[in-house]
Amino acid sequence: MKILAISGSLRHGSYNTLLVRALVEEAPEGVEFEVWDDLKSIPAYDQDDDVVPGPESVEALRDAVRDVDAVFFATPEYNSSVPGALKNALDWASRPLATNAFRNKPVAVIGASAGMFGAVWAQAELRKVLGAMGARVADVELAVGHAMEKFDEDGHLVDEGIRDGLREAIGVLMRTASPELAAA
Amino acid sequence: MSSTAEQTGVPTGTWNADPVHSTVSFEVPYAANTFAATVPDIEATLADGKLTGVGRIASLKMKDENMQAHLQSPEFFDLERHPEVRFESSKLERDGDTVKAAGELTIKGITKPVTLAGTISGPLVDHFGANRVGLKLETVVDRTDFDMNWNMPLPSGEGALSNDVTLKADLTLVGQ
Repeated sequence: MKILAISGSLRHGSYNTLLVRALVEEAPEGVEFEVWDDLKSIPAYDQDDDVVPGPESVEALRDAVRDVDAVFFATPEYNSSVPGALKNALDWASRPLATNAFRNKPVAVIGASAGMFGAVWAQAELRKVLGAMGARVADVELAVGHAMEKFDEDGHLVDEGIRDGLREAIGVLMRTASPELAAA
Repeated sequence: MSSTAEQTGVPTGTWNADPVHSTVSFEVPYAANTFAATVPDIEATLADGKLTGVGRIASLKMKDENMQAHLQSPEFFDLERHPEVRFESSKLERDGDTVKAAGELTIKGITKPVTLAGTISGPLVDHFGANRVGLKLETVVDRTDFDMNWNMPLPSGEGALSNDVTLKADLTLVGQ
């Protein structure tokens, strides 16, 4: 099973990007992660530019989503919501809505923040957006609060409880993507 | 000898829906009014007093293709994994022109008991010599019972989309 992992943060050293790195480290047998890290190249959505083909970076994102079985997001929280860059990328990816790359795509959302709540509101909003796009939103929530305490100075996730949570989240997404696994 | 137009029981034998003259639809209150959608690709059979029907969600029609796609997405009917909705009645009860069909409704893979109620007309012989029965049935279901939980809060805090959905079947059944 191929899973695309996307961090919603552009910041160098972002906790969510580090969380994605830890996620990839926890891939079980049979799961291959691909990290999409081209968020910064997505232009601001403009319907005047929403033509076929779309901007190169947008088409690459759409292709990356179509090529995988599921997508994993780790999002920070800006002003109680999804970061603009990530929302903007999804707005591009969602076009045209009725046939977009995320339609029926199994997705999972987790998040990290420096504060105590671990981006729970951004996670909820991101699930809402993905559901409206037609994605199959897995019942996953992992909130990594006080993120600066969870990674060492090399950016390695040192909290075993969170690593357990990542493994469980991958399992839920796999079962969401493949009902045969859920029935087994 | 009595005329078939005066028949007061549930017709015996097998009767299949004429798809051109049959409509399955639903209505749901949304904000200040209701919106409706139809499911044109249906099959329905009244056989030995029991009514069964299937609607194919791929055919679901709304005015707006994006809204149609949303209704076919995992948040609503989940066309990819649950392409059909199904009703199977245990019995049909007729009292004059009124009729009730108690049975089981399956949407999104979830089966719940429901009772459809409405009117029945006929049998009568149509202009081509076929026997026809008309059934107009409806019921109200709570969509959240079928794992359709999407909503959007209004400024008042209420959800924009009602949980109660009226399902309607207007069937013309032709004797086989």
